[in-house]
Amino acid sequence: MHELTTTRHNHLIDPVLHVWGWEIPVYLFLGGMVAGMMIISGYFLFKGKTKNTDCSCFLAPLISIVLLSLGMFALFLDLEHKLYVWRLYTTFEITSPMSWGAWILLLVYPALIANIIIRFPDKLSDRFPKLKELSNKFAGKYFLIKNIGIINMMLGAMLGMYTGVLLSTLAARPLWNTSILWLLFLTSGLSGAAAFIHMIAKDVEERELLAKADNGFLTIEIFVIALMLIGLLTSTEVHKDAATLLISGSFAPVFWVFVVGLGIIIPLFIQLLAVNHKIKHTPLAPVFVILGGLILRFVIVQAGQVSHYINAHF
Amino acid sequence: MDSLSRRRFLKITGASIAAATAVTSLNSVVKGAKTIEEKNGSVVKGIQKIPTYCDLCFWKCGAIAYVDNGKLWKIEGNPIDPLSNGRLCPRGTGGVGASFDNERLKTPLIRKSVRGEDQWVKATWDEALDLIANKMKKIKTNYGPESLAFFSHGIGGNFLKHTFKAYGTNNITAPSFAQCRGPREIGFELTFGDVVGSPERTDIKNTKCLVLLGSHLGENMHNTQVQEFADAVGAGATVIVVDPRFSVAASKAKHYLPIKPGTDIALLLSWMNVLVTEGLYDKDYVEKYGFGFEQFAAEIQEYTPEWAYTRTGIEPAVIRETAREMGKNKPATLVHPGRHATWYGDDAQRARSVALLNALLGSWGRKGGFYTPYKFGLPGYPYPEYPKPEREPADNPGKKYPFAEGELLSTGLREATITGNPYPIKGWFVYATNLMQALPNQQETIKAIQNLDLLVVVDVVPSEIAGWADVILPEATYLERYDDISDSPFKEGFIALRQPAIDPPHDQKPNWWIAKKLADKLGLSNYFPWKNVEEYLDTRLKSAGLSLNEFKKTGIIKRPPKPIYFEDGVQPFFWTQSGKIEFYSLKLKEHGFDPVPKFTAPEEPPAGFFRLLYGRSPVHTFSKTQTNPILNDMMSENEVWVNADIAGRYGVKNGQYIKLKNSDGVISNKVKVKVTERIRTDCVYMVHGFGQTSIRNRKTYLKGASDAQLVTKYKMDPLMGGTGMNVNFVTFEMEV
Amino acid sequence: MSRFGMAIDTVRCVGCMDCVVACKTENKVPEGFNRDWITEEAFGNFPNIQLEIRTERCNHCEEAPCVDCCPTGASHYHDTGGVVLVNHNECIGCKACVASCPYDARFIHPDGYADKCTFCIHRVEKGEDPACVSVCPTHCMTFGDLDDPNSKISKLVKSRKWHVLKPEAGTKPHIYYLT
Repeated sequence: MHELTTTRHNHLIDPVLHVWGWEIPVYLFLGGMVAGMMIISGYFLFKGKTKNTDCSCFLAPLISIVLLSLGMFALFLDLEHKLYVWRLYTTFEITSPMSWGAWILLLVYPALIANIIIRFPDKLSDRFPKLKELSNKFAGKYFLIKNIGIINMMLGAMLGMYTGVLLSTLAARPLWNTSILWLLFLTSGLSGAAAFIHMIAKDVEERELLAKADNGFLTIEIFVIALMLIGLLTSTEVHKDAATLLISGSFAPVFWVFVVGLGIIIPLFIQLLAVNHKIKHTPLAPVFVILGGLILRFVIVQAGQVSHYINAHF
Repeated sequence: MDSLSRRRFLKITGASIAAATAVTSLNSVVKGAKTIEEKNGSVVKGIQKIPTYCDLCFWKCGAIAYVDNGKLWKIEGNPIDPLSNGRLCPRGTGGVGASFDNERLKTPLIRKSVRGEDQWVKATWDEALDLIANKMKKIKTNYGPESLAFFSHGIGGNFLKHTFKAYGTNNITAPSFAQCRGPREIGFELTFGDVVGSPERTDIKNTKCLVLLGSHLGENMHNTQVQEFADAVGAGATVIVVDPRFSVAASKAKHYLPIKPGTDIALLLSWMNVLVTEGLYDKDYVEKYGFGFEQFAAEIQEYTPEWAYTRTGIEPAVIRETAREMGKNKPATLVHPGRHATWYGDDAQRARSVALLNALLGSWGRKGGFYTPYKFGLPGYPYPEYPKPEREPADNPGKKYPFAEGELLSTGLREATITGNPYPIKGWFVYATNLMQALPNQQETIKAIQNLDLLVVVDVVPSEIAGWADVILPEATYLERYDDISDSPFKEGFIALRQPAIDPPHDQKPNWWIAKKLADKLGLSNYFPWKNVEEYLDTRLKSAGLSLNEFKKTGIIKRPPKPIYFEDGVQPFFWTQSGKIEFYSLKLKEHGFDPVPKFTAPEEPPAGFFRLLYGRSPVHTFSKTQTNPILNDMMSENEVWVNADIAGRYGVKNGQYIKLKNSDGVISNKVKVKVTERIRTDCVYMVHGFGQTSIRNRKTYLKGASDAQLVTKYKMDPLMGGTGMNVNFVTFEMEV
Repeated sequence: MSRFGMAIDTVRCVGCMDCVVACKTENKVPEGFNRDWITEEAFGNFPNIQLEIRTERCNHCEEAPCVDCCPTGASHYHDTGGVVLVNHNECIGCKACVASCPYDARFIHPDGYADKCTFCIHRVEKGEDPACVSVCPTHCMTFGDLDDPNSKISKLVKSRKWHVLKPEAGTKPHIYYLT
């Protein structure tokens, strides 16, 4: 028998780490969604696909600004020393993903705004003539638009990856300490974003397109999850223990039912039927995908805090 | 005077205090505490270092209190103090918490309703002491002065003891005898003619083979002993630990003997058998100093390791091997006598067996065994002679326990209070000892209290016994008062000073002030010829050519070294009947006891029950430190240790809360289970002092379980009236 | 250059928590928090048990993940001895460092910043031992400069068997447990 006891009893640390509550998962989720939407709209800009992509290229970046701001507010709420938040911008710490993230977020806003302005819809030109004027200045400058598209894709990818890297560099938590976590969060972000645009887009073609894209992302996500679990299970004892938390441990019901079942497989099935015109498009599937993405962040953040090198008994 | 409900009492013992009464301090909402200088309007800037000595247990280590800009900061060991060597134990280091404790008593309180209901009226010191003095005078007139009993623990009781002797009572007691060290002292006195004493005269530092029977050094934190234990372990001494529980000390041992509880005498007899049979004992020593060895050797012949195996569960080969190890290292083999020795009711004879084993090894008086301590020997204060009590103390009528000598039996006085025999005890004055946890069988204590005309409790916090008082007097902590000079017997003679580092934060008073003031009210002012305690201390010091002013700077004054071992010239002297080490005791025979110890098997636990054992935590002393915020933070509740196999069988999980029920049906408070391989299957273990029931101490109220509550049975030691308390059996109650 | 570390003799340590108490009073660590603590690790079955008792704290790692992940540079290596410290007024309380430590040695101080053992650098720079070391009744702790081959700690680490905690975490901890 192995008995390990400690007299330590620190708030938020013992008996298991629980420093992060709802704020961080919400932030990671919203960051991932925004990342996905940036990649999608950036792709359309880059491709010069100007027809039937209003939702992706105007509404999505607009909503992204709101979602990102909400996410950053959640992050702010999580800080314990709030008055010192400005310290993030007095330095750049190359080894700290959080520092990278702080600066990336600063660049994301102008990119999103540029995106919005390029595809400023005509019907709003009466109400915001100045913006339309600005938008018109971009018209025809395909090289610039392409590059703004690239910048949006790049920043979106960085943002999406960062939300995963943020956790996976925290080597002390074996569940997070997998170099595939960034890919999981990125694909999940993409699928969430595609689902979101699919849900709100008015244009049939755009909807169809994004539903198909989403099916692709969801399929990749299944593989990424499988690879992540395999990676953990073939690693050290503590990593195996961490994978077990999801596979058969205390987080297994939520993980299998809400993340994998309702969050990926069922919507994938529904959307496959929809794009093959067996059934009509339903907002149910994208809602499931989005909620699945949110719950995924909760499960990973919470289970990651439980996973540990030292399992002290009390 | 305004009346108080329990709710309001909570407030008083909490952070704030109403300034309604005359004497109550006005600056009363205090975090930390004030200095004397602050009262006079100026704070000493920077850090002051004030030497004093510790009061967290009774070892009395020299310490230095740090006061930072007038606020008490921390306390460290005094480097010149031979007991601490500049390093306090965790309790001592956390001692400042006693002063910060926001649940302290802040003003005298007088009971308002029925005794035990915990309803109080705040009082001035004059009101409280007048009430006490009047009742004491009544008791003296109606029943005689001996009908007032004084229970105290620690050096802080000295001045009050003086008041009570002047008043005329001889019923002065401490639970540290019949509930603790008593059997050990008697066992050793019967053998060597001298007690082990406190600090123990054990030369652990120089021992080559240390044998611990139930002594859990490291968990029990008597400072010098633990320091020397670490030194001995570090130097590679052989450690042999005998304990039903795999203690911290056991983890340092070369030999761990997981003995069946209550069978230590069998093991000791068998060890002696091996030493004698194999001729491994110190023959010269025994011949020179021993008395009755022939009879002794003949008697122990039957106690072979095989005989002991069936009783103790210790393999014969292990018994032989450990005996040889002891023999090999003699005389620097120390079989430790323990301290809290009241286990099974045969404790004086067990202590005598330990003494005899040491005698065989020739360790008494030798380096690495038992040194010969000496005191500084500071003369006492030239007080007038006390009135001579007309009656014998009431604790041991008819000398029922013939060897209860030197100190009184606290449980005997309790018995006299209940029965009125040999004469009624009508008043208890309790100083700094929580009798609810210190004495076995709480119901008997409560029953005795019902017969009292007066119960006064002096304490720092509202302890459980304070809840039963008629009057509670709040004492200043040791960091806020002078006390008597410490003059302990040790390896070197030295005296230590306790002096205040800061003022009491509220209306608390030092015990010397209470003692003197009470004496005044009793018309005994002539017994207190000194104006204040400084004058008292200075008078004592002057009689040895010293001065208080000098003493205040160092806190410690030492005598030049003297030899402490026989081999260095200490003249062996044994105050026994024969003047020798008594292997065979004629005195015991005379009183109808075994002249050489015999083993009687302990009672077996009934099916489904486990023997309840208890011990110490390094961060707490009895039940008196649990409210200290620093020490409470270290350990706020105890756990019950349950063997992993047993836990599996009963479906008890690690960390689960259960209750314990003893064989008299008493059910404990809920307590966390520690499922562990570190204990036998026939017993459970917990740290003493928890599960307190004083609702006014929010930090301790019903935290963990109280072993004292479950100790409803106790077995009297027929020699000296000690109360064996490891004789209770408990079972698990899953409903919490 | 100096490199501070501790050698803790588990043979001597009895787990009395004096180090914990001393840290609390010296550094005014708030109630309910520990910068150091006692761990007991037992192997085996009764009565054949191996018990190691350790006083634990921040390992002042050479490759400290808490320094790496800090977004503001509040967590840093001190110039003297490579001690890992936190600048309270640069810390935003993001808790990444808390999550990054394989020893769970950090916590959030009630005032909002990340807090942990400082090796009592305020004492060490005055030539004193850390509070926990200076108070230990068993003398089980040795503090000193690992880069100085003549220091007591270097000699202990050279002559005795030792292990560090969680070497697999790759943090290069500087607290050595002598066995």
